[in-house]
Amino acid sequence: MGRFKIKKRELWIDMTPMSDVMVLLLTFFMLTATFVKPEPVKVQTPGSVSSINVPDHDVLTILIDPKGRIFMSLDKKTDMMSTLDAISEKYNISFTLDEKRTFGSVPSFGVPINELKSFLDLDPAKREAYLSSESIKGIPCDSANNEFKDWVEAAREVNPDLVISIKSDANTKYQVVKTVMNSLQDIKCNRYNLITNLKKVKAVDE
Amino acid sequence: MKTKQNKKTTRVDFTPMVDMMMLLITFFMLCTTLSRPKSMEINMPSNKKDLRDDQQNKVKASQAVTLLLDKDNAIYYYEGIPAIDNLKKTSYGENGLRQILVKKNMAAIQKVKELRRKYESNVSANAFNEKKQRDKFNEELSEIRGGEGTPNVIIKATDEATYNNLIDALDEMQICDIGKYVIVPITDFDKQMIQHLKDKGGAAAPTK
Repeated sequence: MGRFKIKKRELWIDMTPMSDVMVLLLTFFMLTATFVKPEPVKVQTPGSVSSINVPDHDVLTILIDPKGRIFMSLDKKTDMMSTLDAISEKYNISFTLDEKRTFGSVPSFGVPINELKSFLDLDPAKREAYLSSESIKGIPCDSANNEFKDWVEAAREVNPDLVISIKSDANTKYQVVKTVMNSLQDIKCNRYNLITNLKKVKAVDE
Repeated sequence: MKTKQNKKTTRVDFTPMVDMMMLLITFFMLCTTLSRPKSMEINMPSNKKDLRDDQQNKVKASQAVTLLLDKDNAIYYYEGIPAIDNLKKTSYGENGLRQILVKKNMAAIQKVKELRRKYESNVSANAFNEKKQRDKFNEELSEIRGGEGTPNVIIKATDEATYNNLIDALDEMQICDIGKYVIVPITDFDKQMIQHLKDKGGAAAPTK
C-alpha cells in the first residue's frame, strides 16, 4: 500500500525548479533593464529629434555636469585598466595591482591625475561618496593643464574602435563644451556622438 | 483513502506563477531595448589650419547663414557677409529660426518630403530588403541635403550660451534638412555685432 502511494506522487510534475529558473531570469532582466551605470552627477540631457541609438559597446562616455566638471567612463574593465597603464607611463606615476583593479571597477572617474592615487586608495563606500560630493574637481581640461586630452588619447590607443560620446547637461555653458570639443579636435577626433533625449517635433509643412 | 486526497490538495501548482514570470520577463526584455538614450552624430571640421581655410573658401557668401548663439537663449543671425547692420534677432523653434531656414531651404525640403513619401509607400516587410531600401533612402537623403542650392549654415556660440542652445540649433538643421553646417569659434567682430544690435535695441526701446 505504501509503495503504491509513493508511485502516484512521482507522477506529479513539479513546477518549482522551473519557477526558480524563471525567478533567476527575471532578476537578471530586471537588473540589466534598470541598471544604468551610476553616474557621479545628475545630468539632464537636452532633447533632440535625432533617433540614432547609442552603441552599446566600446563607448567612451564624457560626462559634463552643469558646473563644467568633466567625468569619463569606459564600458570595458580591461580597457579601463590598459588606459590607466598608458597614463601612468606618461605621467610617471606607478599604480599597484590593487589600485589598477579598483580603477577597472569604478563606474566613472573625474579627478586630476595627481589625486588619482589617493582616490583609488579610498574604501569603496567613501569613494562613491567622494565621487558624488561637491568637492570633486573633475578631469582638468584647459590650455595649461589638459589631462582630459591625454586620457582620451590613451583610451583611443588602447581601443581604436572606441566611439566617443559626449553626455552633457542642457545647462552646461558652451565654454566648457567648446574646450572639450577643441581638445578632441586637437587629437584628430572629429566624429563623435552627442547624447540626447528623444523629442517629438511636428514635421515642417508648407 | 481520505487522507491521501487531502494531501494532494495541499500541493501548490506553480504553473500560473511560471506564466506570470514569463510575462514579466518579456516585459523587461522589451524595456531594455526601448529606454535607450538617443544620440546625435556630429562631424567637426579638422583642426588643421590649411584645411580650414580651404573649407572656408567653399562657403559661398550668398548662401551662408550665420547663427550666433548668445546667453539667455538669445539667438541672432545674418545672411551673407558679416556687416555691422546686418544682424537680426530671432528665437529658437518654430516661429523663429525654423521659418528662416525653411524659407531658405524650401526646395530641398520638398524633395525630402517626396522621397520620404516614396519610401514609406513601398516599405518592404522583408528585413533584408527593408535594410537595403533604408540605406538607399539615407543615401538619397544626404544627397539632397548637401545638394546644390542648399544653404550653408555656420553656427557660432558665445561662451555664455548653453549646451542646450547648441543642440537646439543642430536639431534645427535636421528638421530643416540642411546638410551643410559647421560649428566654428566666434570672432570678435561677431561679438561686436551683437553688442551693436543690443545697444541699438536699448536706444530704440525707450522711444516706444
